[in-house]
Amino acid sequence: MTIHPHDLTPGKIAESAACKVHMLDPVARFSLRAHEPERKAVADALELDLPWYVGDVAKTGETEVLNLGPDEWLIVAPEGQTDFASRTVDAPHALTDISDRELTFRITGPRASDLLTLGCPRDPDSIKPGQGRRTLFDSATVVLWRDGENDFRMDIWRSFAPHAVSLLALGCAELAAE
Amino acid sequence: MLLIRCPYCDETLPELEFAYAGEAHIARALDPSSVTDEDWRDFLFIRSNAKGPHYERWRHVHGCGRFFNAVRDTVTDRFLTTYKAGEAKPDLETLTGDAR
Ligand SMILES: [Zn+2]
Repeated sequence: MTIHPHDLTPGKIAESAACKVHMLDPVARFSLRAHEPERKAVADALELDLPWYVGDVAKTGETEVLNLGPDEWLIVAPEGQTDFASRTVDAPHALTDISDRELTFRITGPRASDLLTLGCPRDPDSIKPGQGRRTLFDSATVVLWRDGENDFRMDIWRSFAPHAVSLLALGCAELAAE
Repeated sequence: MLLIRCPYCDETLPELEFAYAGEAHIARALDPSSVTDEDWRDFLFIRSNAKGPHYERWRHVHGCGRFFNAVRDTVTDRFLTTYKAGEAKPDLETLTGDAR
């Protein structure tokens, strides 16, 4: 059966003794681009902490900022709590609302990291708890957040989500059957 | 699968996260209208096609997104080193091959 992106609703997707996959409620997402000389001015103006190392996450209240690359950050905030986006920034930068581009899935359970190896060429354990990375999941670009030892979030473009979800659900059952 | 070290992420990662982007250190003329047809042809089309160590560009496209440079041996497929875009060409004599 073909799953369409609009068939996916927040809640349980798959669950086994090995792992659980849930789709999360919508959040506000922003892409921020700025060069290093402007980083401090942009951070001060937005009143956000912009981490310096690729993969590091900084939290300001409920807002999370992940460094995706040397001049690129992903900002995630609860819907309606995006005051930072309307602040005036006098330094060159680009702040773009990409909230509707992705869906987010939470992957938890004792085999969560093993489940991700079904599609991730990189070792998920190379991402430390509290960090995140942009990488691939079965050839689709994803952002992986590792919130805890056995607790991941995957942001994936909504058109690729049905494919990723099918694979995650299959893996969830297979890992429990081992 | 090749493992490639991204100099921006400072991590050694699977080739699938990367894309090859042609020979490195080929700079576009600052004043293109003063370039002869022959030099322009060389800039556009003529490449070294090295058998052995080759200076080449890669992009960590499914990661930090950055372009960087590498020296890869085209015979063994071994990466001798990778370095940030804009840095000077490393001297082949000093490359030990353990940077992968
Ligand atoms: Zn990188």
